[in-house]
Amino acid sequence: MCLCMIPTIRIGNLMPEIFQYEFMNRAIVASVLVGVTAPAIGMFLVLRRLSLIADTLSHVAFAGVAVALITKSFTPIVAFIATATAAVSIEELRVRRLLPGDAALAVFLYGALALAVVLISASDGFNTTIFSYLFGSLMSVSTTDLWWMGILALVIVLFLFMFRFELTQITFDPDLAKTNGVRVHMLNLSLAILTAGTITVSMRVVGVLLVGALIVIPVLVSIRVVKGLTLTLIVSSGMGVFVAVFGMVISFYADLAPGGSVVLIAISLLIIVEIGALIKRSLFRSTQLMQSSDHTHAHEFHAHGANESTTDERHSHR
Amino acid sequence: MNDDFQSNPIQVDVESFPGPEKIPIRFDETWFAYDSVPVVRDINFSIMPGEFAAILGPNGSGKTTLMKLALGLLKPSSGRVLLFGEPSDNFTDWHRIGYVPQRIQTTEYRFPASVREIVQFGAYSGFSFFPSFKHNENSRVDDAMELAGIRDLADRRVSDISVGQQQRMLIARALVRRPDLLVMDEPVAGVDAAGEDQFHSMVRRLNRDLEITIVMVSHDIGVVMREATTCACINQDIVFHGPVHQLDANALSALYGFPVDVLMHDPDHTHR
Repeated sequence: MCLCMIPTIRIGNLMPEIFQYEFMNRAIVASVLVGVTAPAIGMFLVLRRLSLIADTLSHVAFAGVAVALITKSFTPIVAFIATATAAVSIEELRVRRLLPGDAALAVFLYGALALAVVLISASDGFNTTIFSYLFGSLMSVSTTDLWWMGILALVIVLFLFMFRFELTQITFDPDLAKTNGVRVHMLNLSLAILTAGTITVSMRVVGVLLVGALIVIPVLVSIRVVKGLTLTLIVSSGMGVFVAVFGMVISFYADLAPGGSVVLIAISLLIIVEIGALIKRSLFRSTQLMQSSDHTHAHEFHAHGANESTTDERHSHR
Repeated sequence: MNDDFQSNPIQVDVESFPGPEKIPIRFDETWFAYDSVPVVRDINFSIMPGEFAAILGPNGSGKTTLMKLALGLLKPSSGRVLLFGEPSDNFTDWHRIGYVPQRIQTTEYRFPASVREIVQFGAYSGFSFFPSFKHNENSRVDDAMELAGIRDLADRRVSDISVGQQQRMLIARALVRRPDLLVMDEPVAGVDAAGEDQFHSMVRRLNRDLEITIVMVSHDIGVVMREATTCACINQDIVFHGPVHQLDANALSALYGFPVDVLMHDPDHTHR
């Protein structure tokens, strides 16, 4: 579809070009919703080393999209039901020790992808639509999608706000949480279902293949720059909104795929903060070394003791 | 009852045996099996109020499993475990229990919580719509950190402190709730000798001054003999259960499967 065919709303000349297109306004609102929810859920996955669950569930969502397109059903609902079922099954398999966690993820990832490929090959005629789900599309976000995304985002944010103490306890140590009276299994299942919801919401914007990145990368950036659980949660969502909206704007002006732009910006941000942390660490070390060499000249014996304790400390840290 | 046992301030009065709701932990014909291989077999004993009970046994003897059964983290394959008179898997009065695991389970090396945030979890008293920590809870958190000697670490990131300091943080977290029962699973694993000594004198105070019932899983026979009042030796089933002064070479030989001699140190040299 050519951009010139899109009806535009012109509200004076002050309005930047990007806001003059209704589809872009919808895409930006969608980016904000996705930017807030994906990293917020992501924090509880990343800290438990469950980052890859997002990737698995996005492939399941893709299979759901293929089913919806073949049966001509409402795509978000079918994708959500498929993803939520998979999320709950993975959690149950993990808890009941029927399959190791990573093996369960692999089975669902490849199973869903195979199902999607078979369904797509069996039917012709929705290649363009499938493409927009795979890579995300600025123009594909409809008003109905936006309503769904808004409601789901509200539920997710409310859930995370209400259960933030319980969820952080489970993330830190599930056994300690359980002996603190936290209902660990019930909350894990709820988190799995809401992760499914987040993926269903996000895939419209960044696409199935890259949705995992928006769940994981803003959290990694935030963990590097702030301390404290609530602050990490807020900064993760803030980073999410920043990269999603900025990526959308760039993809609009440079005519690039939105999903890829969003994820590349997120990764650039991560590289910047990691390099910043590296420089800070090496500056700190060189200051320490200078201090310790000054000390060696003055009191050789004491300086030796200081070096030993530094080494010990590094070993005791995990 | 000999002099040694009478000199100990914590005693169980058999005449006025407490009601089941007062007994912190009771194992009643408890069995547990992983994939039909028994890990603990037919365990029958109780841990009484005010006791400092040690659970002693070699590696793989089922000590940690026994603790997890006691805390309702595992469900017995048969028999039952009662926590203050209630089956442990249906137990709800969690504010009465403090648990200090062997190590924290979080695997993320950059876990963003501060030490204070983790200790605050101990003040958690169930779900509420608008959770917030009240002023008196804050002072309880301060007191617990003071008692565990980690007040100066309050704002440090959990992942930036040593294993020994993490252990003290977990103790502070358990103490915030002012528990009646403190369960610890090898709490000094990875802590140096000086830290271990400080730790044991702290636990001694908790038991004697605050009258908290202590259950401690340990590898260290010396520590058990010195600190505990009672001891349960387990190697899948119970080899010995009774006051520590009755723990002799025969019981230890049966526990470890090879001859063990008990050497008593000069009292001046018992503390490292």
